[in-house]
Amino acid sequence: MTDMMSPTVSFVRPTVIEQKTPPFRTSGPLLWARENLFSSPLNMILTLLSIGAVWWVVPGMVQFMLIDAVWSATSSKDCLADVVKHPVGACWGFITARFGYLVYGQYPDAERWRVDLFFALEAFGIFWILWRKAPFKISGFAYFFLVFPVVGFILLSGMASIGLPTVQTHYWGGFLVTIVISTVGIVASLPIGILLALGRRSSMPIARLVSVVMIEFVRGVPLITILFMANVMFPLFVPEGWRPDSLLRVLVGVGFFSAAYMAEAVRGGLQAIPRGQYEAAQALGLGYWQMMIKIILPQALKIVIPNIVNNFIGLFKDTTLVAIVGIFDFLRTIQASLADPNWRSSQMPLAAYLFAALVYFIFCYGMARYAISVERRLATGNRH
Amino acid sequence: MSSSHSALSALRPGVLTNEKAIEITGMNKWFGAFHVLRDVNLLVKRGERVVICGPSGSGKSTLIRCINRLEEHQQGSIIVDGTELTADVKKIDEIRRDVGMVFQHFNLFPHLTILENLTLAPIWVKKMPKKDADEIAMHYLRRVKIPEQADKYPGQLSGGQQQRVAIARSLCMSPKIMLFDEPTSALDPEMVKEVLDTMVTLAQEGMTMICVTHEMGFARQVASRVIFMDQGQVVEVNTPDEFFKNPQHERTKLFLSQILH
Ligand SMILES: Nc1ncnc2c1ncn2[C@@H]1O[C@H](COP(=O)(O)OP(=O)(O)OP(=O)(O)O)[C@@H](O)[C@H]1O
Ligand SMILES: [Mg+2]
Repeated sequence: MTDMMSPTVSFVRPTVIEQKTPPFRTSGPLLWARENLFSSPLNMILTLLSIGAVWWVVPGMVQFMLIDAVWSATSSKDCLADVVKHPVGACWGFITARFGYLVYGQYPDAERWRVDLFFALEAFGIFWILWRKAPFKISGFAYFFLVFPVVGFILLSGMASIGLPTVQTHYWGGFLVTIVISTVGIVASLPIGILLALGRRSSMPIARLVSVVMIEFVRGVPLITILFMANVMFPLFVPEGWRPDSLLRVLVGVGFFSAAYMAEAVRGGLQAIPRGQYEAAQALGLGYWQMMIKIILPQALKIVIPNIVNNFIGLFKDTTLVAIVGIFDFLRTIQASLADPNWRSSQMPLAAYLFAALVYFIFCYGMARYAISVERRLATGNRH
Repeated sequence: MSSSHSALSALRPGVLTNEKAIEITGMNKWFGAFHVLRDVNLLVKRGERVVICGPSGSGKSTLIRCINRLEEHQQGSIIVDGTELTADVKKIDEIRRDVGMVFQHFNLFPHLTILENLTLAPIWVKKMPKKDADEIAMHYLRRVKIPEQADKYPGQLSGGQQQRVAIARSLCMSPKIMLFDEPTSALDPEMVKEVLDTMVTLAQEGMTMICVTHEMGFARQVASRVIFMDQGQVVEVNTPDEFFKNPQHERTKLFLSQILH
């Protein structure tokens, strides 16, 4: 202090100033509330309104979904107020009773372990890829994009030579079909989307033209139209005598659809990579594909992971549209169950659609959280 | 550190087979309608160190980028160690393998560690076993005096360290010719020296190099010739002594008066 007061021009600090903790509290719930909830009059009003809304909605929801809920039932009669002797909320018994159908569709009971194994293999692959510190990351991608699709296909559709009876796709249904369609959409769209994005930026006019036409055509048409077209047109392109089954047609349509959107996401990433990266790679003698695979794509894809995941979220929700071309996805099996005379009742749809919403929400919200966490990590500059 | 079977024993600096390392004759280049390089003639002999200087926009970068085909010239010929640069992709690859380049902004690969930056090209372009590539990479990291940074990422290094890594990365490919495009002009003053020292060592070992730089001390110390460019043309060529003491062209005099205070 005193040394700064001296009128001389020259100054040399004689001692080092140690770091000290700040004199005011920088954390704690009260401080958090003051800073985040009540920082301004407008903020205060919004906070109070939100509390009011929660107060108004939540007790009713709890009453309906938990307290008045019926947890097991064999038909809609078990969910009548006269039978259970109290006001009836959600009839979860409907879900539990129809659970097998909602998950597997008509997949034969004896073979359902194959579906379970399929789910397990997929979950394993997803964790392997998403878990940041997982070992053998490259093998993880190879597993999810090469091994798992083949194994999964054999597992689900069967292969007589290894003792797995064939299960035709029109027996597949429910959550299984939802997962199959979104998985195929994801697994196919990433490589095709990358190729389209590279094609669009390529110096070869033909590659560029083909990519642009593909991308813009698909993006300019609603998914339903593509599903109808795949349903009607796809058989025209395959050899006579082979009638591709309707699930396959839908998968092809969904694959192209998601690939076009993926291409645009990837293109955004490619544009963000500085020219110097290309030049350094070229100057070292790397060929086009080496440069793309080793240098450009790893960086570009990392930047657009949030966009890619957002595409996946959209795709996951869009799978419900396949019901229109006669595929029994998760939502469609719920509807079908509601049409069952055994379960017909005016309040049954409430629980059923609540459950559907909950399932879609859990998956989409999970993906959204992942995208946000990646976004945060990228924003803090940790790009590894 | 050293194993009995050592990749280093097989490691030889690239040797030019031709007396003429780079021969540029009557070369012209346009960006659209803009005539950026005009009738450039330049012969660089084996072991020569050529410094190119000139005002901003005079085409220095474009010229050296033509030598490894980061830019394409439209007229005239460029022959690198006996191989003429044409649209032939094989020849371009061949030349790029023999010509190292160091950029103003380092252009390290930010998603790879320092060691991976160094071993990438030897492994994928030269198909070298990873173990050998690692050994050679560590050798060059020691030479640029930062072996302890091998496992870090480029973003964790200072500018000077990054540029030394970039030099080491080029050296790992055993280039016969090194091109430098203003390697120190993006660096803070206190880091310029460490990079220049590395380059001086390289020059003293007989590397054929072309450096675009305004570091006149460096030019004096190592250059065999200094080339002055202006408006896409080679305006003056001379030994460093003569160039600085006795510039001939008006533009050269003006330029030197601006950069030497
Ligand atoms: N890709 C390009 N397209 C069009 N014009 C370009 C391109 N690259 C460079 N130019 C122009 O060509 C001229 C020469 O550029 P160049 O980068 O070779 O100059 P330089 O001598 O290296 O300048 P500096 O000292 O600023 O690096 C400049 O006028 C520049 O604007
Ligand atoms: Mg330049």
